[in-house]
Amino acid sequence: MIRLIGELAAVLATALFIFALYWMNDPKSARRGVYAGVTGMTVAIVATWIQPEIVHHGWIFLAIVGGFAVGIPLSRVPLTAVPQRTALSHAFGGLAAGLVGTAEYFLWLGEHQSQLTPFRTSALVAEVILGFLTFTGSIMAAGKLQEVRWMPQRPVTYPGQNVVNIGVLAIAVGLGVVLVLHPTAPWSGQIFIAIAVLSLIFGVLLIIPIGGADMPTVISILNAYAGLAAVAMGFVLDNKLLVTAGALDGSSGLILSIIMCRAMNRSFTNVLFGAFGKAQPALAAGAEQKAWKQESVEGAAQMLEQARSVVIIPGYGMAVAQAQHKVRELYDALTKRGVSVKFAIHPVAGRMPGHMNVLLAEANIPYSALVEMDEINPEMPQTDVALVLGANDVVNPAARYGKSTPIYGMPIIDADKAKTVLAVKRSKNPGFAGIDNELYVLDNTWMLFGDAKAVLSDLVKQFGGGGIH
Amino acid sequence: MTDFGSVLFVFVLATFIGLGVIRRVSRLLYTPLMSLTNAISAIAVVGSIVVTGAEYPRTIRILGAIALFASMTNIVSGFLITDRMLKMFKKQ
Repeated sequence: MIRLIGELAAVLATALFIFALYWMNDPKSARRGVYAGVTGMTVAIVATWIQPEIVHHGWIFLAIVGGFAVGIPLSRVPLTAVPQRTALSHAFGGLAAGLVGTAEYFLWLGEHQSQLTPFRTSALVAEVILGFLTFTGSIMAAGKLQEVRWMPQRPVTYPGQNVVNIGVLAIAVGLGVVLVLHPTAPWSGQIFIAIAVLSLIFGVLLIIPIGGADMPTVISILNAYAGLAAVAMGFVLDNKLLVTAGALDGSSGLILSIIMCRAMNRSFTNVLFGAFGKAQPALAAGAEQKAWKQESVEGAAQMLEQARSVVIIPGYGMAVAQAQHKVRELYDALTKRGVSVKFAIHPVAGRMPGHMNVLLAEANIPYSALVEMDEINPEMPQTDVALVLGANDVVNPAARYGKSTPIYGMPIIDADKAKTVLAVKRSKNPGFAGIDNELYVLDNTWMLFGDAKAVLSDLVKQFGGGGIH
Repeated sequence: MTDFGSVLFVFVLATFIGLGVIRRVSRLLYTPLMSLTNAISAIAVVGSIVVTGAEYPRTIRILGAIALFASMTNIVSGFLITDRMLKMFKKQ
């Protein structure tokens, strides 16, 4: 009877999870998706807990309480820190898969060697490799996103890096094959541990050469790995609910990775093994270096006020400066004066998929004002002012023709085609990819140097009291 | 003995459903989508519950308890932060 309840609960949870994702197709129904997910999860947990083989309840209870104690604060981080929270949760997912795989292997090795069939051992190897590489890889990604001091932010590369990386993974997979052939030999336990350790090392090596601009893609790929690790766990435990939920997570990660790669005109392998910013050729070598023109806040405010249409192009700089609420004030000031204001969202702007949308939604900017790159680009030539807000590579015209630059071929937002460009930039250094951006030196571009939040509050002040009218 | 054929079958079908459903997700919601799928894939919690709670050797159960804690953290923080983000989109 209890078995049957377990089976039915799994079917119900599966259906609820599919509905949860289905409802994400529209912001209006999306919250219903969360409730469906929570219900499905609760049903699955309770149905597992009441099974007769669960005899020790104390530790389960403690671990669940611990999960709440850590999970609740983690859900309250500022929205600018959502990318690192996401990376951290991929790390937890990978860790759980790796540990359960390790526990199951040694359990069967010790007591039920007949359980270690070739198929199941293969699934165990996949679970442990995927789980542990996702764990360390995601910890590294989270550290880079959080800008932890001892972790290098820029990509770290060295000669023969790809050979080393692929070599480590190949040894781990090779040992996996050995383990499948000899799952219960006297030395099999050591082989298993070696696979786990190599996977942990590979995760670190994989992320070392990754730079900030690649993070949206890398987070999506790690998401897919975490899902696949759950699928492998499902194969090991012969649990269809695990397989289904893992497959949903895996396909979500896969689709997001493809979208991110397309938005950068790069392939998976190129992102993982072609360190961004490795080659940083001086674009205009030989050509004369043009100078940028700086604009005062007063002048910029005047330009914005006289415009009929303004397109704001946010990037990571807006997130770092936590400037989204000031953006909202500027949006209000301009729309009140009859200026049409839209936001142009590049798919890889920021550090994770959808990053800009969430920040602007937090600041209460209506999502009808958020326009995707493909839809806004035809409007750019008629736009009076393009306000570039801490975005860099996604508006760099060099992507169109600079064959020697790493961003060549990447679709960009055509900020340079607007009648006037105002660019807010933190410093006079090149962006994360280390490439000069000639948008800044075009004839119709004016620069506003400074922290995005500070520059915007000065701008908003101009529209307030005694400024221009 | 377990029936791996049917598990494989479920995997293939679930992947196709996943691809079909995720493609329709609003592009505005990719960040909450990721935290939601993350919480859902923490269904690994059911594996951890068995490893932690069954009559197994102590060391095995310790590994299970750590895994259970990690999964539970993902479930709690994943669902809560997804809801927090979606609330912002809904206000308008």
